[in-house]
Amino acid sequence: MPASNYDQACLQDLLPLYYKRLFPFAQYYRWLNYGGVQKNYFQNREFSFTLKDDIYVRYQSFSTQGELEKEMQKMNPYKIDIGAIYSHRPNQHNTVKSGTFQALEKELVFDIDMTDYDDVRSCCSAADICSKCWTLMTIAIRILDRALREDFGFQHLLWVYSGRRGVHCWVCDEAARKLSVAARSAVAEYLSLVKGGEQTVKKVVLSDPIHPFIRESLTVVDHYFTQYALQDQDILGRKESVDKVLALVPEDVRKDLQQDFKNEKKPETRWKLIEDQAIRKQSTAKKGQHFEKEIMLQYCYPRLDVNVSKGVNHLLKSPFSVHPKTGRISVPMDIKELDTFDPFAVPTISLICEELDRPRTGEEDEKSEDIKDKENEKDGAERRKIRDYKKTSLGKYVKYFDRFLDGMARSWKGDLLRKSDLQKEF
Amino acid sequence: MLTTDVHFLSRHVIVLPAFVEQPTLFGGLEPRRRCCYSLTGAMQFSGRRRKINANPQTELYGHALQFYGQPPLENISLSEFETFAVDRLKLLKTIENLGVSYVKLSEQYSKKLEAEFKTLSFPYRPEADDRKTQTGPSELEKRRKDHISHFILRLAYCQTEDLRRWFIQQEVDLFRYRFNNLPPKQKLEFLHRNNLQYDTINVEEKKSLLDKLVNSSYAVSGITVEDQDFYKVPFQDALDLVRTRKVYLKAGYVYIPHQDIVTIVLNDFRTRLSKALALTARSLPAVHSDERLQPLLNHLGHAYVGQDYSIQKNVGKISLEQIDSLSGKSFPLCMRQLHQSLRENHHLRHGGRMQYGLFLKGIGLSLEQALQFWRSEFIRGKVDADKFDKAYAYSIRHMFGKEGKRTDYTPYSCMKVILSNAPSQGDHHGCPFRHNDPELLKQKLQLYKVSPSGISQILELVKGMHYQLACQKYFELTHNIEDASFSLNHPNQYFIESQKVLGGGKDIKREMDTSQRSQENGVTKGFVSARETPANASQDLAEMTEDLDSFFQDA
Repeated sequence: MPASNYDQACLQDLLPLYYKRLFPFAQYYRWLNYGGVQKNYFQNREFSFTLKDDIYVRYQSFSTQGELEKEMQKMNPYKIDIGAIYSHRPNQHNTVKSGTFQALEKELVFDIDMTDYDDVRSCCSAADICSKCWTLMTIAIRILDRALREDFGFQHLLWVYSGRRGVHCWVCDEAARKLSVAARSAVAEYLSLVKGGEQTVKKVVLSDPIHPFIRESLTVVDHYFTQYALQDQDILGRKESVDKVLALVPEDVRKDLQQDFKNEKKPETRWKLIEDQAIRKQSTAKKGQHFEKEIMLQYCYPRLDVNVSKGVNHLLKSPFSVHPKTGRISVPMDIKELDTFDPFAVPTISLICEELDRPRTGEEDEKSEDIKDKENEKDGAERRKIRDYKKTSLGKYVKYFDRFLDGMARSWKGDLLRKSDLQKEF
Repeated sequence: MLTTDVHFLSRHVIVLPAFVEQPTLFGGLEPRRRCCYSLTGAMQFSGRRRKINANPQTELYGHALQFYGQPPLENISLSEFETFAVDRLKLLKTIENLGVSYVKLSEQYSKKLEAEFKTLSFPYRPEADDRKTQTGPSELEKRRKDHISHFILRLAYCQTEDLRRWFIQQEVDLFRYRFNNLPPKQKLEFLHRNNLQYDTINVEEKKSLLDKLVNSSYAVSGITVEDQDFYKVPFQDALDLVRTRKVYLKAGYVYIPHQDIVTIVLNDFRTRLSKALALTARSLPAVHSDERLQPLLNHLGHAYVGQDYSIQKNVGKISLEQIDSLSGKSFPLCMRQLHQSLRENHHLRHGGRMQYGLFLKGIGLSLEQALQFWRSEFIRGKVDADKFDKAYAYSIRHMFGKEGKRTDYTPYSCMKVILSNAPSQGDHHGCPFRHNDPELLKQKLQLYKVSPSGISQILELVKGMHYQLACQKYFELTHNIEDASFSLNHPNQYFIESQKVLGGGKDIKREMDTSQRSQENGVTKGFVSARETPANASQDLAEMTEDLDSFFQDA
C-alpha cells in the first residue's frame, strides 16, 4: 500500500493544509454536539492542544463549529485531545468560583496500548508493532466490543486507531457519558483479567465457576490462538518462551511436560499436551485447575489501563488527530472489516496532502513532493468549503464515521422529540 | 452537668444553643437567642422542638438499622455531643483496621467488631428490648447514640474529598456488617421501607438463563435459581458486584438473587450518604461560627489520619548521597523496591514516581534535591535533560505543591498503598507484601539477607492478609530487634522509627517523646476538664485536643 515518506519535520508545513482542507470539521462537530439535545454540550467541552515545540494548552473550548475551525487553523496543533464536558465553558474556568467548575460528563473510553503486552510478545517491543502482534489488538477489540454491547448494553462504540501502537474505544451512549467515576472504574475492572506488575509471574488466575464473560472471551481467544500464539509468536518453540509458558502451570505438571517436550517439538502438539494435562487435572475434581485457559488469557487477553477509563476528566487523543511520530491519522475503524485492518495501510498526513493534488486512481506513486499549492487553498477554503478528503485515502474513514453518526442520530431524534414534548413546544 | 444544648432542627440546620447557666467547656459565652439558621442563612424561628420521652423514641428507634435519612430532632448536651462523636470515631477506626487485617464479615472480623460494639455501647442486637438485663444503656439508647453520632461526624467529615471518602468507606463497611446481621425477614422489611423496588424476572426467563446464572456466582446453584426471586437491576446500582464479576450481566442489567440484595442496598446507602455530605458541606459556615463546636469538629477531622507526614520536618537534613545506603537500612520494602528499580532502569512509571517521590518528600528532601535526584537518574536512561525538564520536572514540582492546584500532596499511607492503584505491567509500586507474587517476594527477602525462619514468618502473615504486620516483621528482622514497639501504618513512619533504632537524629527522638507523653496522660482528662473554671478553658481545650490525638496515635 502506498504511503508517502513521512518526516516529522514536514509536519509544520503539512498541518496547515490538513486543517484547511482535510480535517472533517462538519462530522466532528456533528459528533460532539450530540444532536443539540443537551444545552451547551459542545460549548462546555474541553479540548487540549499540543502545539509546536511541545507547548501544551488545556481548557480550550469553542462556541460553534466555525470557531473551532478558525482556532485550529490558526494554532495548527500537533496533537489534539478531547476532555470532558464541564459545568462551565472551560476557557472561562478561571472566572468561576473555585470548587464549582466541575467535569460533568464524558464518553466512556478505553485505551489499549501494545507496550502493555511486552512481556508476552517476542516479535517487537516498546513502540514497535508488526503484523504478527497486531492480532493482539484484533483480539482485544473483539472481546471488548462484544462485552460492551452484549453485557453492558452499549450501542454506539467508536473504535479508533491511535496512529502508532494501539487502539482507543469511545463509548458514546448517553448512559455511558453520564457514568460516575465509580461506575467507570467498575466497568474497567469487570473487563480486566490480567493483573500484576513486574513482580507477578502468573497474571491470570481463574477459579470456579468460570463466569460467562470469561467463557465468551476465551471463545474469541481460541479462534486466534493457534495462528497467533503457536505459530506467529512461537511461544512453544524457543526454550526461553517455553520456560515462560511452563512457569504458568503447576509444578508437577511442569515436570511432566518438560519431559514430554524433549521428544515433541511441534508447537501445536506441545499445546495439545498442555491441554490434555489440564483436562486430566480438572477431571480429578480438584478446584481451579484452569491453567490452559490461564495461559491463553495471559498471552492474548486485552490489557487496559484502568486509569484512562476511570476519570471523567481524563483527556484522550482525538480521532482524526495526527500522530507526530508516525504521521498517521487517528482513524475510526470499521469493525466489520476488523480482520483485514492493516495499521501500516492507514494514511499518513503526507500521503493525503499529496493526494489532494493527485487524487487516488489506484496508482501507487511514491514520489513525495512539497505541497505548495496556494491557489487551491484560496479557492476551496473560502467559498465552498468542500472537504477534499473525498479525493484522498482519508475518504473511506470519514465515510465510516458518517455511518457511525447516522446510527447515533436516530437516538438523538427520539430524545429531542421527548424533550420538546415535555416542554410542550409546538 | 453542662446545660448548653445543641439543637438539630431540620435537615442540616443547626440551632445555636440556648442561654447557658453555667460556664461551659469553652469558657463563658454570651447568652444566645434561640434561633436557627437555614441553609440559605435566613433566620427562622423554630416551633418544632420535640420533647424527649419514651414513646416517640421507640417509634424513631424501632428498627435496628437505618439509612440515616432524618437528622435527630432533639436537644443533647455538649458532653453527649463529644462522647458520641469520639466513640463513633473509635468505632469507625476499628472498622478500618479490621478491614485491612481480616476478610470482611469473616468470623474473626465479626467477633472483634462485635466486641467493639459492646465496649462503645453501640447497637448490635436486631431486637430492641428495653429490658435492662445488664447495667448500661438500653438497646434503644444505643440506637439513639448511633443516630446522633452519625450526624455529628457528618459535620466533621464533609469538608474535603479525602475526609468524605474515608467516612463513607467506613460507614458503608459498618452498614454492611449490621445489615448482614439482620434476620432475613428484617432484611426484606428494610428494603421495602426504603423503597428499593426492582423487577423480578419470570420463570421462563429464569429457565433460559439457568446456566449463565449458575456460572456467574459461586453462591448460586440450580436450586437457588429455582427457589429464589431474581431481580433485574441496572448495573449502575450494583457496581460492587460488577467490579468483581460476581453476577450475571446482560444488556446493562445484573441478575441478582434475593440473597445478594445487600450489595444493592450498600450502593444505595453509599450514594445517599455521598449526596448528603455534599449538602452538609455547604451549610458548614453556620456550624463553624459556633466556637464551642468548631474546635471539636476540626479535631475530629484530623484525628483519623494521625500523622500524615505532610508537614515537612527535617528538610534538607538528608543528602542525596545518603539515599542508596538509607534505602537498604531504613526504607520499608516498598520504597526499597522502588529505589532499586529506579537505579536499575533509570526510570519509574507514574504510579512509582508518585509513591516514591512523595515518600522522599516526607523524609525531608527539598524540591531542589528532588529535582536533582530524579533528573540525574532519568538522564542515565533514555530521557535527555531537555525532555526531563519539559515532561517530568513539572510533575515533581506538582508533588511539592508548586504547580496547578498547588495542593501539597501527602505521602501515601500504608492503607493507600495497599488498597488503591494496584500495579500492572511495567509497574514497581504498591505494597510488596500485598502485590508481589509470594515466590518473588521470598526471593527478594532472601536477596536482602532475611533469615529463612524470618521469611516463613513473613509469608505466613502475608497469607493471612496481614500486610502491615508482615512489613513490621520485616522491620524487626532487618533491625535485629524483638518487638517493633509501634503499629505500622505509614512508610514514612517506618523510616522515622528505623532512624530511631539506628540512633539517628535527636530531633526525631524529641518529637516521638512528646507524643508518647500525651499518650501516657490518659483518656479521662478530656471530660474531667469540663468542670473547670473559665480561666483554664483555653488550656483545657489544648489538653483535650491533645488527648484526642492520643486516642488515635496507635493505628
